Amino acid sequence: MSSVPDRELALEIKQHEVNGDLHWFELDRRDFLKLFGGGLLICACGAKTVAQESGGRGGGHELPKDIAAWLRIAGDGQVTVFTGKVEVGQNIRTSLAQQVAEELRVPIESISLTMGDTDLVPWDAGTFGSRTTPTMGPQLRTMAVAAREMLLNLAAQDWHVEPSALVASDGRIANPKTSQSRSYGELTHGQKLVKVIEGDWPLTPATEWKIAGAAVPKVDGTAFVTGKHQYTSDMSRPGMLYGKILRPSGFKASLVSLDDQAAKELSKVTVVRDGDFVGVAAPDIWSAEQPLTTLKAQWKVPPQLSNRELFAYLKANAGKHDQEPADVTGSVTKAMAAAEIKLSQSYTVAYIQHAPLEPRAALAEWQGDKLTVWTGTQRPFAVRDELAAALRIPSQNVRVLVPDTGSAYGGKHTGETAIEAARLARAAGKPVKVIWTREEEFTWAYFRPAGVIEIKSGAQRGGTITAWECHNYNSGPAAINVPYDIANRLIQFHPVDGPLRQGSYRGLAATANHFARESHMDELSQAVGMDPLQFRLKNTTDDRLRGVFEAVAGKAAWGKQKSTPERGFGMAGGFEKGGHVATIAEVEIGPAKTVRIRRVVEAFECGAVVNPNGLRNQIEGAIVMGIGGALFEEVRFADGRILNQHFSEYRVPRFKDMPQIDVVLVDRKDLPSAGAGETPIVGVAPAVANAIFAATGERLRALPLKPG
Amino acid sequence: MEAIAVIVNGKQQRITAPPDEPLLWVLRDQLQLTGTKYGCGEGHCGACTVLLEGKPVRSCLTQVAAAAGKHVITVEGLEQNGTLHPVQQAFLREEAFQCGYCTSGMILSAVALLGSNRTPTEEEIVHAMSGNICRCGTYPRIVAAVREAAQATKG
Repeated sequence: MSSVPDRELALEIKQHEVNGDLHWFELDRRDFLKLFGGGLLICACGAKTVAQESGGRGGGHELPKDIAAWLRIAGDGQVTVFTGKVEVGQNIRTSLAQQVAEELRVPIESISLTMGDTDLVPWDAGTFGSRTTPTMGPQLRTMAVAAREMLLNLAAQDWHVEPSALVASDGRIANPKTSQSRSYGELTHGQKLVKVIEGDWPLTPATEWKIAGAAVPKVDGTAFVTGKHQYTSDMSRPGMLYGKILRPSGFKASLVSLDDQAAKELSKVTVVRDGDFVGVAAPDIWSAEQPLTTLKAQWKVPPQLSNRELFAYLKANAGKHDQEPADVTGSVTKAMAAAEIKLSQSYTVAYIQHAPLEPRAALAEWQGDKLTVWTGTQRPFAVRDELAAALRIPSQNVRVLVPDTGSAYGGKHTGETAIEAARLARAAGKPVKVIWTREEEFTWAYFRPAGVIEIKSGAQRGGTITAWECHNYNSGPAAINVPYDIANRLIQFHPVDGPLRQGSYRGLAATANHFARESHMDELSQAVGMDPLQFRLKNTTDDRLRGVFEAVAGKAAWGKQKSTPERGFGMAGGFEKGGHVATIAEVEIGPAKTVRIRRVVEAFECGAVVNPNGLRNQIEGAIVMGIGGALFEEVRFADGRILNQHFSEYRVPRFKDMPQIDVVLVDRKDLPSAGAGETPIVGVAPAVANAIFAATGERLRALPLKPG
Repeated sequence: MEAIAVIVNGKQQRITAPPDEPLLWVLRDQLQLTGTKYGCGEGHCGACTVLLEGKPVRSCLTQVAAAAGKHVITVEGLEQNGTLHPVQQAFLREEAFQCGYCTSGMILSAVALLGSNRTPTEEEIVHAMSGNICRCGTYPRIVAAVREAAQATKG
């Protein structure tokens, strides 16, 4: 049931390799080629650029080797782009359209993206790991360059000139010498042109970008401020019923007995029992509640751990699935023996919830033995395969479509709601929509893993760190390696079978590992008597990391104001997934030791910036979300139940918690663009913890931070 | 079940529903006004905020019977003659959303605030909006959008 986030990614890709020769490219893809009318269709073999960049993490390709259609230019000049990535608020519908518009030399308004429709888009592992910008960006840009080249060739043939004499601009090919000009649509002459491309195509350097790199507004923003955008939970189909699931009284429960007589006697209600699954479908959502209350179920729930015993349990149960250490360099034992300053500390992070504001939702419809499901998931193809497995039908009989979704943060990788809707729809013979309640979301979704992180370090009195030993129990291996130049290192992740269902969360374990490491760095800087900024700069030669530390220190005027018992300043930094981040927090300590974050300054560098406004929005949002994990958020549980399954008990950041936020973007046009959905969150908790220490002298080593 | 008359976005509606059914589901599933969102069902997140006689209410906690004979405004009712409400325009200009799921509720809370206080201070905005959750964390932009809308409507 539980999974480790990074391994989940590797596993997903591995699974695809195993199944790669039998799925996704079936008759439906040829049907798709038949379906499209006149115009130009750009397909690709192999998707080389993506395969190379994904190497090292999963050890293989993440896109299919067979042919797939990526981009279409219709006779009217409208451009449709096909991608398995999905929009969950991170603004890639806009940023990907910008990149295609840039390479194709068309206005952004002429582009629409078909996203996350498993019948129409090339296979994709899912939208996670901040990989859309570094992998899907270049992939789609390559397709656009190829399309542009083909259009130049078509015009060159028509006009009997060399393609190099022509210019592509604003959706047209023109000959500057003769003033001849034709739109892209006209150039296709209503024919059906299919171009299969291979290899590398020259992409436009970021220094020459005009549409990419600009603060283009969200492409369909109006639909969100008018309420017109249809999320999965808003959709309906003719004759649709609403589904509700009878949830067990605890985790790992088995159903001992069920009396569903009263529910079955209600008119227009379908009751389904299949193993331990019990659900109902009714014509409207309010009346679907009623049969649930009449169901009399007895569950057997095994004894389970509570959050009070959690950290001792994680330590005691490690070692069963140990992986190789992430890093073994030099000899930590010898270096520790010789170190002038030694430190050993333990840090913990709680289980937390994604709590996406749109709870999980799915709408399932059967036509014969074919199933169509609309659902808000980050992994449409994986959910398609989950549905096929659960319902014992072939994958090619399942179509999953993902409407732009009401956020996810790594929390919507799985297809349980889709399966529930599909199971009920099959029994009812009508389309069924399931929308999870907030309680269900807080209980039956999965959690960011809790963890214990132990760090031992040694340093010279002059401030050089000589030894670093780090063990992470359960929370995960993301960003576990140190960005500092330390000669002797032993770094290891220890997976544990934890008590709760756990999985991906924005940044994976990078938040936990940054919290432990950057708190420890602060403690070491105290021990050697150095300023935290100087101490970090002394121990790293990474120019990009130094760049963001210097940028954030400049913006926040680090060192100008000294910490007092009422006001503290703290910093943290690091890198992950191609993003380099440095964060400074300023906290105010109230009389009852209450903590209020007054200001957060963050410098972020992720290569060439694709959309500065969208990027700022992501960074600001990550900082706000990070405040929740730093100060409030913690899932409490006992006996297989979640004890705080309401927003009244599970505190998330609100307006009143907002600090002043200052974001410094470091735009490196000389570097490839990296993603930014995750890494901006990792520095918040340690910067706040270090600021609390600077004010109070109290070192807090557990998230959420609770002074006093 | 007797029909309940409610004036939704200026239009008289006759609704057949149990009187204790939340207004939220009536709006969404009977009137197809799906701009009003379910977020928690307990009045803790504000995604379902609508205006009842000009006052912001949580439609998930408002029984449809309580709206009988009254005016309800949802996000779909803000646009006038094809022109977006100044609050909607300000949200667009500030791009004060990410996934957009909280946006309807945010906009209606802001419209209600500006209806009773045309020149709110930042503190007053924060106070009035604190019952609305934006899990994507766009709060600073929302505050900026409300200030901007206040400026635009000052007249």
